Amino acid sequence: MPNPKRRHSQRRTAARRTHDSLRRAVLSECPNCHEPKLPHRVCAKCGKYKGREVIEVVEE
Amino acid sequence: MRHKKSGFKLKRDVGARNSLLKNLVTSVIQEERIITTIPKAKAAKPLVEKMITLAKRDTLHARRQAAAFLETPAAVKKLFDKLGTRFGQRNGGYTRVVRLGWRKGDGAEQAMLELVGSELVKRAAERAKRREERLNALKQGQEPTEGGEEQK
Repeated sequence: MPNPKRRHSQRRTAARRTHDSLRRAVLSECPNCHEPKLPHRVCAKCGKYKGREVIEVVEE
Repeated sequence: MRHKKSGFKLKRDVGARNSLLKNLVTSVIQEERIITTIPKAKAAKPLVEKMITLAKRDTLHARRQAAAFLETPAAVKKLFDKLGTRFGQRNGGYTRVVRLGWRKGDGAEQAMLELVGSELVKRAAERAKRREERLNALKQGQEPTEGGEEQK
């Protein structure tokens, strides 16, 4: 099986990982209940989208 | 060969894909709204709209074309009796896809595909009640059998 010939320096590892960071999710505000929600998706809190009730939300 | 045929493959061979789409379209027509994944909703949407166009034509030939595609006679009846007149004034855009978020089990993004103008039917309370009853029945059914096993 192929194996690495030399160890990588920490710098090389760090340089590879510079592009691995995750980005924070972009959130918009629900116009109905003012909770943060994902854009272009139904609000998980109140179940509304574009002023209409789309799904039922059950409160535990 | 399916060279350059655009559209969604849905990880199925031709037969499985066609029957899946037929089932989805039949369900949308009968139930007004369905919850499915986004690619399936987007694949079924134009087919639902084609069915409604057939219903607006309202000829015997159109009815037979719809019956050849839809899975149940009840769906054909509803399509021609109710949906043809309901969408008579609307030129296309009979359905709507709304993104709902991600499914818990596999993280697939869900969407609701609905006929425009359909109302939300509130069924959550009813469903919770049925679930409660089922759990109670299960509990009562299980306790005696567990006792019986211990006695043996």
